[in-house]
Amino acid sequence: MALLSVQNLRAYYRTEVYGISRIVRAVDGVSLELQRNEIYGLAGESSCGKTTLIKVISGTIKPPLRVEEGKVHYQFGSFEIDMLHISPEDLRRNVRWKEISYIMQGSMSVLNPVRRVITTFYDIVTTHQGYTDRKAFLGQVRAHISKLGLPPDVLNLYPHQLSGGMRQRVAIALATIFQPSLIIADEPTTALDVVVQRGVLQMLKEIQAESNNTVLLVTHDLAVHANVADRVAIMYAGRIVEEAPTSLIFNAPRHPYTQHLIRSLPMIGDRSSRASLPGAPPNLANPPGGCRFHPRCPHVMDICRVEVPEMMTLPGNQRVACHLLAEGRR
Amino acid sequence: MSTYDKLLDVQRVTAVFHIGSIIGGTRLVAVNDVSFSLDRTRPEIFTLAGESGSGKTTLARLLLHDLEPTSGAVIFEGRDLATIKSRKDTLEFMKKVQPVFQNPFETFSPLRRVEDYLYDTAINFGRAKNRRMASVVVDEALHLVGLSLEEVTRRYPHELSGGQLQRVSVARALIPQPRLLLADEPVSMVDASLRMAIVNLFRKLRDEQQVSVIYITHDLATAYYISDRIAIMLRGLVVESGPVNEVLDRPLHPYTQVLKESVPEPVPEQRAQWIRPIDLGTTEVKEYARIGCKFAGRCPRVMDICRQTNPPDIHVEGRIVKCYLYQGQESS
Repeated sequence: MALLSVQNLRAYYRTEVYGISRIVRAVDGVSLELQRNEIYGLAGESSCGKTTLIKVISGTIKPPLRVEEGKVHYQFGSFEIDMLHISPEDLRRNVRWKEISYIMQGSMSVLNPVRRVITTFYDIVTTHQGYTDRKAFLGQVRAHISKLGLPPDVLNLYPHQLSGGMRQRVAIALATIFQPSLIIADEPTTALDVVVQRGVLQMLKEIQAESNNTVLLVTHDLAVHANVADRVAIMYAGRIVEEAPTSLIFNAPRHPYTQHLIRSLPMIGDRSSRASLPGAPPNLANPPGGCRFHPRCPHVMDICRVEVPEMMTLPGNQRVACHLLAEGRR
Repeated sequence: MSTYDKLLDVQRVTAVFHIGSIIGGTRLVAVNDVSFSLDRTRPEIFTLAGESGSGKTTLARLLLHDLEPTSGAVIFEGRDLATIKSRKDTLEFMKKVQPVFQNPFETFSPLRRVEDYLYDTAINFGRAKNRRMASVVVDEALHLVGLSLEEVTRRYPHELSGGQLQRVSVARALIPQPRLLLADEPVSMVDASLRMAIVNLFRKLRDEQQVSVIYITHDLATAYYISDRIAIMLRGLVVESGPVNEVLDRPLHPYTQVLKESVPEPVPEQRAQWIRPIDLGTTEVKEYARIGCKFAGRCPRVMDICRQTNPPDIHVEGRIVKCYLYQGQESS
């Protein structure tokens, strides 16, 4: 059975200011399954709903964000949970850090700036596991840190004494200390230089290969997905438009949006002209009807303007939501 | 070639910052003896590439006459920027060299309509006497970037997409009819599906408007796509420079090689190579202060001499490389 199963999830932001109500449909009908022992890549442009989806998956749903419809179901080794109906206490004690952990873009905000790195490790163990043997825990942290190839003296330093890449690797060490089943990495290397990015992602991949857990890697950088992910999902305006094993996404994309994204990637060694799509991603407070990509799509048909395309499963485990496939045109 | 044949001539500029107090502080050489020039008649896109902390932005400030070099000179159209003091001269210089910044949402005030910036620029730089006359100039500039005055009239920054807004900021820079655009990471905040529109725009400006562009970026893939020449910076030094296809197809400096290898290629079949472990090296300040080659601490081919003295510029295979590996192979 899948580790995480998300079914037809709709999560909207509802705000009311001076009597004017506004609904932002950030996640609008998303279904996906995360298997054990895989790196699942999630790609999409800014404000396409990536972060909202992660918020719901990780159980941090706070107003004005509300889940309108759908299911988020986890099957961990010994127990299962329904993320939309779990008590905050249960979530904190048994799930966060132990089963689901989170690596975010600015690792500076994970580490307490006025305390040594080791204190943050202690904080996590006291909150999520109850205080046990301090010495034994220190030994466990030391072993974990050295296994990840970090110098042991980082534990006694303050966050500002570390470089950006080192901080991000410490954040990954923090997130993996209890061997969680799912690691959610939200743009973990966006602020880093390419050389450091490569080092950080190598470490993430090593951890995954060793402990066979699941990584949900969220980044807008498709080239990173090409090198790290096992499967990739492409989001556009609150919906997943295509999901497939990495090589199919890059070599045989079926959705016009994915096709455009892949074709427009610049590469060293190739100076042939790259085109750009007309228009811009829609405002999710007022999205276009039917397929949300239709105003920018080069293959738009009448049906695209009125009807939301169904997700179709093709051979090779490729899922695509596009009317062109039903029409049998491609 | 006399200096006057060059649009821009950067002659051995160095910028030194002092960190900390007067007594206990350290010196940080942010830009270290950098030289390059742009031709006056043949417009080109020149890329300054490097990681964060390599001195790219400090160099940009020197070129924009926003910062005085500690030593060396920046000569624009035959005139040393250090001699530009009066308001009139500054305005004359700003007319010819215009900046485009990284984040278009920070470039424009959220409380002002974007068209106001365009009108102000047209009037301040003397392209028009009043708003009515300026509208022609503004519309012309917007057309160059694929927009029209109608599309932006009465719009505030939040009503435009990042890509549109970045194009407006390029249009604004074009109003004074500059000879040189200085674009500091112009596409890093722009979404993937809109990025190529901006990048293609720089190509078009070079080919059709004879505008030279200094493109500052950490993204080697777009640099390869648009530029003619490239300079790779490391800790304030230009370690390798030359035609972009020479430098990036066959990098000679070990740092350029590591940098190029680290750029993820959007080809899943090549991932085995990218995943190969690398050495991440020491912290920034240590590398700046290093005696000898700044890359010696991380270089896979380091020799004794690299730790003792700075490698000189070596002309080899159509480019300039700062690396002892190529000593004795100079081409004349």
